[in-house]
Amino acid sequence: MGRKTPLFSLHEELGARIVDFGGWDMPVQYSSQIGEHHAVRRAAGVFDVSHMCVTDLKGARVRELLQLLLANDVAKLKTAGKALYSCMLNERGGVIDDLIVYYLSDSWYRLVVNAGTRDKDLAWIGRHAHSFGVTVSERTDLAMLAVQGPEARAKAAQLLPAAQGRAALALDNFVGCELADWFVARTGYTGEDGFEIMLPAAAAVPAWRSLNELGVASCGLGARDTLRLEAGMNLYGNDMDESTHPYEAALGWTVALTPPQRQFIGRESVAAIERAGSPRKLVALLLEDRGVLRGHQKVITAAGAGEITSGTFSPTLERSIAFARVPSEAAQAVQVDVRGKLLQARIVKAPFVRAGKSLVT
Amino acid sequence: MSQVPADLQYTKSHEWVRTLADGTVEIGITEHAQHALGDLVFVEVPEAGRVLKAGEPCAVVESVKAASDVYAPVSGEVTAGNAQLLAEPETVNSDSYGAGWLMRLRPAPGALAAATLMSAADYQKVLDAEGG
Repeated sequence: MGRKTPLFSLHEELGARIVDFGGWDMPVQYSSQIGEHHAVRRAAGVFDVSHMCVTDLKGARVRELLQLLLANDVAKLKTAGKALYSCMLNERGGVIDDLIVYYLSDSWYRLVVNAGTRDKDLAWIGRHAHSFGVTVSERTDLAMLAVQGPEARAKAAQLLPAAQGRAALALDNFVGCELADWFVARTGYTGEDGFEIMLPAAAAVPAWRSLNELGVASCGLGARDTLRLEAGMNLYGNDMDESTHPYEAALGWTVALTPPQRQFIGRESVAAIERAGSPRKLVALLLEDRGVLRGHQKVITAAGAGEITSGTFSPTLERSIAFARVPSEAAQAVQVDVRGKLLQARIVKAPFVRAGKSLVT
Repeated sequence: MSQVPADLQYTKSHEWVRTLADGTVEIGITEHAQHALGDLVFVEVPEAGRVLKAGEPCAVVESVKAASDVYAPVSGEVTAGNAQLLAEPETVNSDSYGAGWLMRLRPAPGALAAATLMSAADYQKVLDAEGG
């Protein structure tokens, strides 16, 4: 028996298949994983992401704390509500977690971290927060819905009073704002437009039902995984963890080495890797043969062996796609050992799909 | 509740066996199995002429989530693999006991009698015990 979100009973009522995810009982699918995937690419779907850990950091020196804890630089956040994607590194440059940080005021930032890493993240943040006089409070009072797809924002805005609905629709990409007791952000993990909405736990079930009535499909974590892979987005624990650094996880773009005087944790390690060049890289793979790529399958390249970190069938491309960690010198054509057979695959530029369109040629 | 047609025989690993008029058998996976797997996206079936031993992995069914082996319920020689499934693997989801058949084979002499197959009633008990 795992932890349950405020929507658990509704998921059961809707006939979801429930699985364990990072210690939580979560819906993996309702009726058809592929159907839910297409609903998000073509119209709109809603996901329960209340298992993710929302944590508020408050204090006069909170920016200083985050400039120490995060590899990306929160000084880039200049307007209230703006979000930033970052890794949190250990001293060796290994990825403790990847997260979203929202700048809400000079003394208040909000983090959204992964469910599976919650305990170690809170311990790590708490250990450093103390000396900065920053308070760390997990918002267990909030549920979180991700409403995603080309029609998602227009549908979700209808749940709000008119003026607030208009304000939500006016949000720029990667910006959130408080609208009454909801926090609405134009963010997501699917490669589609949409909102992530943090709202009081008691409001979650009525909001979900209203979205269903507006034609927004209930979607499980299965579709969430195929959508994020098509969108070229990493999953912590699959594609990176504490044994990998950002430059071998296709996350070098999130490491802010300027300004040079900012001493974030892990800086010396990752700066050395950046100077020398990482011997391994994370790439996107498209399977040329028939079959399905899966995590941990061996990748054979002319420059040496690698491994699939995430693999699946892409419902949009109707072919198998994957991320793989391979030697940095690997050329485009590779082979993958799929259940004892060597299949042909090709390194392509991520993402595979964005805003409903295939980007693979 | 999953359908368990009374005229078929079953294995514990959720294959079904239909005896055809010419003495060959048709083999597929049960409604319960396709439902547990979810949307199928890739099916690999054996080619005609391949000789199988009972219990040997002989086909692969992959859903978005995972790959699963299908085991030969009976020893014999494959007379046909269902080539339509290469292009339309979802047929196994929509019609697991009909158009979603995986292979046909000619049982080796005495193999059908020697095979450990269950009646529909016994297979239903297996499903009940699994909570399905």
